[in-house]
This record gives sequence, C-alpha cells and structure tokens, in this order.
Amino acid sequence: MSALTITDPVLHDFAEDVGVEGPVSIAGGRTRWSVGGAVDDSARLLAAPSGIVAYAASEMTVQVRAGTTTAELAEELTRHGQRTALPERGGTVGGAVAVGENPVDLMARGRLRDAVLQVRYVSAEGELVTGGGPVVKNVTGYNLPKLMTGSLGTLGLLVEFVLRTNPVPAASLWLAAEGSDPLAAFDAIYRPAGVLWDGATTWVHLEGHGPDLEHEAAVLHDLSGFVEVEGAPALPPHRWSIPASEASTVPAGAGASVMAIGSGLAWGEHPQPGRPIEPGVAALSARVKHNFDPSGRLNPGRTVGH
Amino acid sequence: MSMRGQPTVTRRGHEATDGPTLEPMGIFDRLSRRGATVEPLVADLREALSDERVRVDGAQRALMAKDASVFGGGVAGPTCFPVSTAEVQAIMRVATRHDSAVVPRGAGTGLAGGAIPLGAPIVVSTGKMNRILDVDEANRVAWVEPGVINLDLSKHLQSRGFHFAPDPSSQAVCTLGGNVANNSGGPHCLAYGVTDAHILAVEVVLPDGEVVMLGGLDPEPAGYDLRGAFVGGEGTLGIATRIAVRLTKNPPAVRTLLLSFGEVRDAAETVSAIIAAGIVPAALEVMDQRITVAVENFVGAGYPTDAAAVLLAEIEGLEAGVDIDAAAIERIGRANGATEVRRAGSDHERELLWKGRKTAFGAIAQLAPDYYLHDTVVPRAALADVLEEVYEIADRHDVVVMNVFHAGDGNLHPLLLFDAREEGTLERVHAAGAEILRASLAAGGVLSGEHGVGVEKQRFMDELFSDADLEHQNRLRRSFDPVCRANPGKVLPMGHSCADIQALRAVPAEVWG
Repeated sequence: MSALTITDPVLHDFAEDVGVEGPVSIAGGRTRWSVGGAVDDSARLLAAPSGIVAYAASEMTVQVRAGTTTAELAEELTRHGQRTALPERGGTVGGAVAVGENPVDLMARGRLRDAVLQVRYVSAEGELVTGGGPVVKNVTGYNLPKLMTGSLGTLGLLVEFVLRTNPVPAASLWLAAEGSDPLAAFDAIYRPAGVLWDGATTWVHLEGHGPDLEHEAAVLHDLSGFVEVEGAPALPPHRWSIPASEASTVPAGAGASVMAIGSGLAWGEHPQPGRPIEPGVAALSARVKHNFDPSGRLNPGRTVGH
Repeated sequence: MSMRGQPTVTRRGHEATDGPTLEPMGIFDRLSRRGATVEPLVADLREALSDERVRVDGAQRALMAKDASVFGGGVAGPTCFPVSTAEVQAIMRVATRHDSAVVPRGAGTGLAGGAIPLGAPIVVSTGKMNRILDVDEANRVAWVEPGVINLDLSKHLQSRGFHFAPDPSSQAVCTLGGNVANNSGGPHCLAYGVTDAHILAVEVVLPDGEVVMLGGLDPEPAGYDLRGAFVGGEGTLGIATRIAVRLTKNPPAVRTLLLSFGEVRDAAETVSAIIAAGIVPAALEVMDQRITVAVENFVGAGYPTDAAAVLLAEIEGLEAGVDIDAAAIERIGRANGATEVRRAGSDHERELLWKGRKTAFGAIAQLAPDYYLHDTVVPRAALADVLEEVYEIADRHDVVVMNVFHAGDGNLHPLLLFDAREEGTLERVHAAGAEILRASLAAGGVLSGEHGVGVEKQRFMDELFSDADLEHQNRLRRSFDPVCRANPGKVLPMGHSCADIQALRAVPAEVWG
C-alpha cells in the first residue's frame, strides 16, 4: 500500500454520491460562487466532505477535506503557530483552491498554487484520483495539483488537499503614509509582507523579528513619514489580477481600488473586465477539459478564465 | 543488450562506443563523410535551420545518446541547434511531417535519464538559445531563453541585488530550460520553493508546432494553470523557448552554521526540531561521515572528519533576525546532541563550506569509478529511521552508500558507489536502489524530490500511484501531446500510451540503428 492509497471511507462515500453520470457540482460556503459564471440549474449540488484529517506542524503539512472552512483550518494552524497560503475571508478550503484565490499578503504567505502539495478529486467517471504527494518536495509524475488549483472543479470535484504550512513570524507591524511613492517603500524593504496603495495612501505590512521591524519602520519613517497603524485598509469587493508592473497606477474602470504593489493583486469597486485567452491556449485548455470531462458533467456552465 | 528504445544501464564515463546500441552509425556516418543530404528528414531540418546547425555525425549522435544518468540505450537522430522560437517551431513542423519524435536537451545534467533519446528522435539542443532577454528589476522579473545557464543568470543579477533562487548542485552548467523541465530544486529551496514557484510564464512550442504563452505576469492569470502543469513535464509537453523568471532579492544578512553530531539520528532529529520551533532556514543540509571525509580530502573546507554527521544550516534575512535564529539553531542542536557548533566567520569561510557541499559528487570520484545518486523524499519525522534502513539495505547488497541530502525538505540523496567493471555489481546496485525507493514509499514518501522520473523510476510509478491516478496524468500529457511526439518513453510506466514502446514507432531501426 503506497502513501497515496485512499482508505478514508468518507471520500469513497462522496465518490459514490457523485456517481458516473449527470451534471454535478459542489456548493461550499458560496463565498466565491459567482466566479466563472453560474452553474447550470440541471446540476446536482453536493456538499464536499469536511474536517482536518492529519496535521503535523513539524512536517509543515496539513491534510484537510475540501468542505472545511478556512476559518476552522486557520484556527487549528494558529494553535500551533502556523498558517497557510489560503485567503482568510470566509468560505471553504475547497472553494478557495477551486478558485485559486491567493491571500492578500501572498508575498509573505506564498501563492496558493505553490502550497497545494497533493490534491484528491472525484473524476467525471466517479473515481477517486490523487495527484501530487503528501510531502513538501515532490516531482514524481505530472503536476495535477497545479492543474486542479484554479480549475473551478471543471476537471474533477475537489475533495481533499495536503497543503504546505509555514510558521507565523514572531512580530507583525502595519505602517501607513499619505502621498508617498509606493514603489519607493517597496524597494526600501528587504521582504515586505505586503505593500498596499489606494492611489493616495501607502500601507506597508512588515513581519519578522521585532528588532528588524523596528529598524525597517525607522527606514520607512525617514523615507516618507510612515507611522504605525492598526492594520490593513478595507478592501473593495471585486478582486483583480494585474501585472505587477501596472500595480502602481489605478486600473482603468476599477473605481475606488486598492493595489498590492509587488504582487499585482488588486481590489476594485467594479469587477475586472474579461481577460481574453489567446486562441492557442484556449485550444489547449479545451483539450484538457475534453480529456478530463468528455461529457461536460462537472460544473456545467462554469468556465475558467473570464 | 536490451530491446531498442528500452533504457539499459551502462557504466558512467564509458566512451560512447562501449554502448552496444551505439556502434553502427550506419547511414549518418556515410552521409556526414560525404557531406550529402539525401536523407529527407535531415534535408528538411537543414532547410529550416542551416547545414551547420543540424548535425548527424557519429560523434554528435554518440554525445546526445547519453546524459549524466547511469542509463544508456539511447539512440539519437539528428541534433538541431535552433536560435529562435520560429526555428523550434519549424523543427516541430518537420517532425510532424516525418512523424518523428523530438527530445529537447539543455546541458544533459539530468540524473533520471530524461534527456536520453529513445527511438532515434530529433534532438533539439537549446545551447544556442542562451540570451538573457530582459531584466526588469522594478517588477522582479527577467525574460530568458532556455539555454541560459542557471548560475550565469544569478551572476548577471548579482550586482543589481537579485538572484534566481533554485540552485541545483549542477547550477554552474545546467540550463534554465532544463530547470523548468525538471522543476529543479537545490539546497536553498527549503525557504524559497522549487523552480515552479519562480516561473511566471513560459513560451512553449507545443508538439503540434503551435506556439503558446502559458502563465503571465499577473498573480492569477486567466484560465487553467497550464504553466504549472508544464513545469516539471520533463520535456514531454513541448519545448520552452522563452521563460519569465521571478527575481529574488539578495538577503542583507546570512549566517552559516556547521553542527557536528556523534549519531546521524541526532542530526535528523535536530532538523525536525528546528522546523517545529518555527524556524525555516534558507537551507538545512546533512552529510554523513563517509561523504564528509571524502569532501574534506577534496576541498579542505575544514569539515570535522570525526563526526558521524554534519548539519549545514543557513539563515538569511535581516541582521537581528539571523542572529536570533542562529542562536536558536545552536541551542536546538546542542539539546539534540550536537558535539560542536561552528559559525562561518567570513564570506570566505561560508563559501568554502558550501563549496564542500556542492562538490560532494565530484569528491567521490576519488573513491570509486562509478556512482548512482538516488533521490527520494520522506516525511521529516521518518528521516532517521529511513536513513538507518538505507545503511542496512546497502550492507545487505554489499554496496558502499554515502548520504548527503536536503534534510530540511526530507529529500534523501543516497549515493551508491561501485565499479561497473566488477561482474554483477550493477545488479546489486539496482537491487539496493529499488529497496531504498520502497523503504521511502513505505515511510509515506515519494519517488523523487528533484531529479524527476525520466526512465529511472517509471517502473516504480504504479507502486505510488493507482491506475486511475496514472490515467489522469496521462490525460494531462495527451492534452499537450496527443501523438506522443515529445520525449516519448518517459515518466509514465509502460502500458500508458506515450510511455509505450509502440509510441516509438516513428523511425525505422535500420535507418537510425
């Protein structure tokens, strides 16, 4: 029996519920339900299994079922001084991975796609499939976890993950300054946890050891008068993804917005317009979809990339 | 000798003529001697590139038939040296017209046989696509061609305060295209992640000749993460022609510690304890006594040769934090039985310590004519037990084993030393290797942490993955390459379409034998 043999009866029961035919989808917390468009009314809605299966802080991995809330997982990890690359704005682990939604402070926590070490899903044929592996480093075979992260459940219904965790740094500090150049602040700091800018105010999030943060806070104060603030600004409702090189200008059509300097995540008052996929990539994507879900029964109506 | 297309094991460093499948160069020797180009495939390739950049002579084909692995049995067709995406595309179209397979090749430093040509494919060398196209410091991204050497990029970035984080032991010669194909690691991947965490976008010539840009410079590019699927594809999904790599800021402060232990187990337990204490060093490397002695004789780095194991720990960051973490690591090490803790007192001393680690595989050349470097990953908690098993397995098969590994990642690299001229040695080495793999799997580990599957571990894939798992990997593969044109015979075990010898039908044996 290999490390990947699936013995969990909960997953087998779920695979049986998915069955072998008929349109089907998973509803989690509906926090990100509209991403990729509405699921056809014809689809049966299932609830993914939930619960933390295994967690060993010294391995820096946690095995968690898709229906677990991000809040429950965060609470358990925090108890052991750790966290993961999931966004913490509600909903389920499965929903966040299906969307491929990065945390606001991805420069500190890492990208979600890099944290998904192993994925388990139910295929269009109703079979349980494992991709990747349960350890922090692995290049055995093709990278199904990457393909599944952000796939909106259109290639397989996501049921369980092994995620990489990381220690929470010893200290954390938020600073802000009005009218400063966000790029200058970004460049002045070795590895900021986050730099946010709303067109007028720059917020810098520092994490690490206390004495280093004091030093960097002093550097930012001298640079353009940064002072300590309570935390992050409120973020507008619509998430945008823009090239990092464009994050120091307010995106056209976003309305009131906040940009993450360095990463290119942004939050706008209005949704981001559709981002066209070039024809060659669209054709390749269509082959992927066809090979994984020939009858189109998985999350019908949803399309990846908008 | 084995069936054509099936890899065989040969002794490292043998002259090409020792490989039984390489002797009859046949038509291409005659062609190159006469300078004629009557063979239609070669004529079309030369038409697409130039006469000089399509080589079919015996020496070239012998060179391309091997890589840095212990595997032989490769048979190369013509080698092409394209200089542009358009030329790679032209090669792929010629290959399609002639129904020939194509194998991309960087520096050939792979250890799993991923670059070994099976079925006499066209070999596409990226050697002449070695330009750094653009460095955008402000946005921490550089565009490079696939033939750029890993260390050359970091050297190029050094004065600007940046580097490319993945640093495989072969970084002085291996290429970024090869790093992308293998999703390469290296000692400093513990904190920074392996290659795919540092690749933003890849321009790829697909096996049907279509050119696509996968990924993008924004954090969540629209569509499936085909960039992520491509990285680590071992050349079976197409050929990367331009790569956008993420730049990592050079750390303001570095501390390098060398901890000595009386037991290998103590070193392994120290590693787990460091991680459990919430410290993620930039690197955590362990060397056992045998390799430490060999390295010390080779480079004189000042390693303690009387310790059962040494742990090389490196912390990067800001001045205060690196001292806090270094002190904690020293404390944890002593609590777990460290007999000596040394801090590198200067850049020179630090470089010397790393030189020892990075030249470990060169150092063993003084001990035995051949070596086989394994690569598996186990959970950190299982490191000490699996290491003990590795020593027992080697003893049982009468093979000398040394261990030098990325302990922080649980990434073992047992090094089996042998002399292939001794009757029956190779069989013992392979039997020991197979047992080491199985011990790693039994401990909850995987087959490879950074070398890949290539031809080396195909036959073990079904011991890790179920039939359904492998079928789904095959679906990914076929989405990129429905006709198994790119690097056939690799990764997936026999019985899955693109791995099957049936797929290597393209060129008649009598032409390329």
